[in-house]
Amino acid sequence: MNNISTPSRSTIYDSSKQRNSAIEELRSVFRYRDLIFQLIRRDIVTRYKRSVLGILWTMLNPLGTMVILSVVFSQIFNMGGTYPAYIITNLVAWNFFSQTTAASLNAMLWGSSLFQRIYLPRTSFVVATIGTGLVNTLLALVPLVLIYLVTGIPFQATVLLLPVSMLLLTAFSLGISLILSTFVAFFPDVAEMYPILLTAWMYLTPIIVPEEIYTKILGGWLLRLNPFFPVIRVFRLVIFDGKYPTLAEWGIAAGVALGTLLIGWIYFTQKSNSFAYHV
Amino acid sequence: MSNLSPEPQNDTAIFLSGVSVCYRLPSEKVATLKEYMIRLIQGKIRYHSFLALNDVSLVVKKGEIFGILGRNGAGKSTLLKVISRVLMPTRGRVWINGMVSPLLEMGSGFHPELTGMENIHLNATLLGHSRKEINQKIPEILDFAEIGDFIKAPLRTYSSGMYMRLGFSVATAWLPDILILDEVLSVGDAAFAQKCTERMRSFRESGATVLLVSHSIDTVRSLCQRALLLEHGNVLEIGPASEVSEKYNHIIFGK
Repeated sequence: MNNISTPSRSTIYDSSKQRNSAIEELRSVFRYRDLIFQLIRRDIVTRYKRSVLGILWTMLNPLGTMVILSVVFSQIFNMGGTYPAYIITNLVAWNFFSQTTAASLNAMLWGSSLFQRIYLPRTSFVVATIGTGLVNTLLALVPLVLIYLVTGIPFQATVLLLPVSMLLLTAFSLGISLILSTFVAFFPDVAEMYPILLTAWMYLTPIIVPEEIYTKILGGWLLRLNPFFPVIRVFRLVIFDGKYPTLAEWGIAAGVALGTLLIGWIYFTQKSNSFAYHV
Repeated sequence: MSNLSPEPQNDTAIFLSGVSVCYRLPSEKVATLKEYMIRLIQGKIRYHSFLALNDVSLVVKKGEIFGILGRNGAGKSTLLKVISRVLMPTRGRVWINGMVSPLLEMGSGFHPELTGMENIHLNATLLGHSRKEINQKIPEILDFAEIGDFIKAPLRTYSSGMYMRLGFSVATAWLPDILILDEVLSVGDAAFAQKCTERMRSFRESGATVLLVSHSIDTVRSLCQRALLLEHGNVLEIGPASEVSEKYNHIIFGK
């Protein structure tokens, strides 16, 4: 009964050999991939398993918002029958971004007590949150397809580029999540302020309101200064507009998304060594 | 300290060389960003440094039971955090050979809505084990925890005893190379406590290195071969447990 076996791997940790914390963290996350899988599983199971409405709710939420906004705004914006599809496309992308970034803050607060006691790759909770968001988005695509069918808007071949635009959206969300999580490790009240920032950000991005209206405000600078805009634009272009984004549109979106991820990853891993100093 | 080798050897488990940890703390506790911003504008952010560990050098060999003594705030927890990789030292080198297990407070990381089985997987991956390693250990964990069919039920339906048994079984299913014992074990009923003691003994017999942190001089004297005495982050004495305990006795009771 007490035949306890030694773990197979031999691990030597040497603090003087930890040269690049960003790369070191990447390796650690890979070693702890089973943990990330378990964290995603936990979030999915607790959300969907024991409630009948769980899965339905993820689909009904964007659908409900879409119906309300369509009733209110479709006459104002003069987009006619395409407005519901426009809204739900943007909402799927926006919900992914807003939910993952907000959830990563809470995951960080939950994890901080563990970070004080055991070694874990510090990015694992944030990475897992993004994974959970991807599963939820997959479910949210069901009402999206439904709306396109009902309102008779055809999908073009460009929709095949959805995975690429989703990848950029994921990279951007992960980058922002990492930056925010670093803040929240030092100042927990950031988690309370973030929803306000998020509301402002939503109205500064063409999600409910058509893009043309923003180009008329302040000479279009609102869009040029908004890092989320190029990322959500390629998402919308391939699904809703049915257009291939130009090379420039891809370039800006990829530059912003991957740049944000790189900055977030390096900033987080530079600072993560001092997380445990903050009791 | 002439007995310290400059490089870790084959039989070294823990090697610390000139390790210092310096906390940089704001003079007044600034807990929120709002407060921080206000004080930043007012120019009122001042820091003071606090040396939690000062130039600590230490070699622990494999299989040794090593005691750490010191008063509250002497730097014991900081030393353990540095050894368990939670904290990077400000200066110096930390070299560890093997898996360090802090024997977490049982069941931290458990989720009440998940079943016992799901919680085993979650908790074991938090401790750094892979899925393959966990699947191999499942029968043993179940056998030890004595949960029965409840393993398929959500954790919120468990009694506190079952909760603790499951937590302990997962935490001790793997033999760590280096075990950190920071608190006295008191889990469940007498029969289960007996099983825990047996498991602790098997850890020792199997050659794991044990770091024992205790206020009790008697415990350290009876269990450890060597010990370390910390005071204000400095190593006061390092050597045979009996001598170090005596010194500790001396500084706390002044005799």
